[in-house]
Amino acid sequence: MDLLGNLALGFATASTFVNIGFCLIGVLLGTLIGVLPGIGATATIAMLLPITFQIGDPVSSLIMLAGIYYGAQYGGSTTAILINMPGESSSAVTAIDGYQMARNGRAGVALATAAIGSFVAGTVATVLIVLFAPPLTAVALKFGAAEYCSLMVVGLVMSVALAHGSVVKAIAMVVLGLLLGLVGQDVISGASRLNFGLTQLGDQLNFVAIAVGLFGVAEILRNLEDERTREVLMAKVTGLMPSREDFRRMVAPILRGTALGSALGILPGNGAVLAAFASYTIEKRVSDRPQEFGRGALAGVAGPESANNAGAQTSFIPMLTLGIPANPVMALMIGAMIIQGIIPGPNVAAENPALFWGLIASMWIGNLLLIILNLPLIGLWVKLLKVPYYLLFPIIMVFCSIGVYSVNSNVWDLFSVAFFGLLGYFLLKLRCEPAPLLLGFVLGPLLEENLRRAMILSRGDPTTFITRPISAGLLLLAVVVLVIVFLPAVRKKREEVFIEEE
Amino acid sequence: MNKSSFDPTNAVCGGFFILVGALFAWQSLQVELGTWLRIGPGGMPLALSLLLILLGAIILLSALRDVGEPIGAIAWRGILFITLAPIIFGLTVRGLGFVGAVLITSLFASFASLRMTPLRALALSAALTVFSTAVFSYGLGLPFARFGPWLR
Repeated sequence: MDLLGNLALGFATASTFVNIGFCLIGVLLGTLIGVLPGIGATATIAMLLPITFQIGDPVSSLIMLAGIYYGAQYGGSTTAILINMPGESSSAVTAIDGYQMARNGRAGVALATAAIGSFVAGTVATVLIVLFAPPLTAVALKFGAAEYCSLMVVGLVMSVALAHGSVVKAIAMVVLGLLLGLVGQDVISGASRLNFGLTQLGDQLNFVAIAVGLFGVAEILRNLEDERTREVLMAKVTGLMPSREDFRRMVAPILRGTALGSALGILPGNGAVLAAFASYTIEKRVSDRPQEFGRGALAGVAGPESANNAGAQTSFIPMLTLGIPANPVMALMIGAMIIQGIIPGPNVAAENPALFWGLIASMWIGNLLLIILNLPLIGLWVKLLKVPYYLLFPIIMVFCSIGVYSVNSNVWDLFSVAFFGLLGYFLLKLRCEPAPLLLGFVLGPLLEENLRRAMILSRGDPTTFITRPISAGLLLLAVVVLVIVFLPAVRKKREEVFIEEE
Repeated sequence: MNKSSFDPTNAVCGGFFILVGALFAWQSLQVELGTWLRIGPGGMPLALSLLLILLGAIILLSALRDVGEPIGAIAWRGILFITLAPIIFGLTVRGLGFVGAVLITSLFASFASLRMTPLRALALSAALTVFSTAVFSYGLGLPFARFGPWLR
C-alpha cells in the first residue's frame, strides 16, 4: 500500500495548479524548439535549461524540464515525419516510414499514430518506474564507494558501446569529459587545479555553458554549413484521425515497441535509440506486408516511436535511483538537480519524496498534455516549420546568452559558451559524438570522489574493486561489454545498424 | 570526394586528443599526485590525461593506415558571427545594460546567414529586444540593469 501512498503524494505534488502550469509551459516550449529542423531533443533541452532555473522551486523546475523533454521528443518526431529531417538519431527511424506516409497524403495519420504510440508507451513506462524504482533504490543504498565507482564505469562503457561511429573516439570523448569535469577546485583538498590559470572560471566549469555550447551552438553552426533551401514538404495535414483499420494495425506494434523500449531503456547507455532501431527490424520481420516498409508502413512509425518513448521514459530509472545518467538528456537532468542543490542518487527518494514521486507523476501528466495539446496544435507547428532559418539563429543565440548569463551573472560563462560551441563544432567535424563527453563531465567529480573514498576505506589497496563481489561483477560486465564491442563481427553489425539512419 | 592515402579527419582527431591530453597532464603535475591511500588532486587527472594521450595515439596510428575523406565544408561565417555573439553579450551586458546588449548581440548574430538583409536584421533585432525586455526583464524580473553606466 506504500506504493499507492507514494503515487498519491506524487500526483498531489505534480497536479497542483502551478506545477501543471510549468509542465504545460515545458511541453509547449519543448515542442516549439524541438520542431525546428536539425535541432534535436538534447540541443533543445540544453538551450531551455537556463530558463528552468528562474523558477525557485526545484520540484517545479525539474517538472518543467521533464515537460521540455517530452515536448522536444514529440517535436522531433513531427519534423522527422513532415520534412524528413530528424533532429536526433532516435527519430531517424520514424522518418523512414513517417515521411513516406506524409508523401502519400497520410501525414495526419502518421502524426496521430506517433502521438498515440508515445502516450501508450509513456503510460506503461511510468507504471514500470513506479514498480522498479523503490527496489532498485533499496539495492543502491547498500552500495559502497567501490561499488559506485564500478557502476559508473559500467555506465560510461555502455554509453560508449551505444555511441555512433568509432568506439575508440567515444572512449576518448568520455575521458575528455571526465577531465573537464575535474577542472576547478578539488573537493577533498580544496586545491585549485587544471584551470590553466583562469581563476575566473570558478569552482567548476559551468555545466549550463558546456551543454549550451556543445549541443546548442555547435548544432547551429552545423546547420549553417549548408544553406541550401530545404526540401520542405508542405502537403496539407488533413485526416488526423486514424481509421478503425489503422487502429487495428497499430495495436500490436505499439505494444511490442513499448515492451522492447522499456527493457532497453533501463540499461545504462542510450537504450532508446537502440530500441527504436530494433523495433523497426522486428516489425519488418513479423509484418504480413514487409514490402510496405520504407514506403509508408504504419507499423514502421508506431513501433519505433513507442519503443523510443518507452526507452526515454525508463531511462529515468537509473537516473533517479542510482544517480547515473543513461543518456545526455539524463546527464542534463542530473546537472540541473545538482545546480538546484539536490544530490542525485538513491537518497533522493528518501530525503525528497515529493520531488521523486512528483517527477514520476508529472511524466504521465506530461504525456497526457502532449496528446491533448499537440494534436489540435499541429497546424501551428507546421507553420513554424516554414519560418526561415536565418531568422531563428539570432533569436536562439540571444535567448541562450540571456539564459546562461542569468544562472550566475558571470560574464565568463558566456565566454565558455563560445569556447565550447567552437570545440563542439570542431569535434563534430572530427566525427566525434558530444554525448559521451557530457556524460563524462557529469560523472567526473562523482567518480573521482568515490574512487578516493574507496581507496581510503580499503587502506590504499586498489584490489578492493575486484575483491568486493558486487564491484567485481560490475567491472566484469564492463569488460565483457567492451570486448563484445571490439569483436570484429559485432563491430561490423554495429556499423550497419547506425548506417541505416544516414 | 577525393580520397587521401590516409584519413585526414582521424589524423587531426588523434593529434587533437594527444595535444589536449598533454596539456592536462602538464596541468595535473602542478598539483599533488598523492599516494594510493590518499590520492591527491592531481592523481586522477594525470591518469586520465595519459589515457587520453594513448587513445589519441591509437586514433592517429590507425588513421595513417586508413583511406578517408577530407573534413568537408566549414561554416566560417557562422563560426565568426555565432560564436562571437555570446562574447559580445558578455562584454556589453554590464556597460550598456540588458536592452543594449540584446540589441547588439541580435544584430551581430543576424549576419551569420548570407540570406539576412540589413533591414530584416534591424527589424528582427528591434522586435527581439522589445520581446526580451518585456519577458525577461519585466516579466521574469531578471536582476540586470536595463540601461548600463555607458549610457548614463
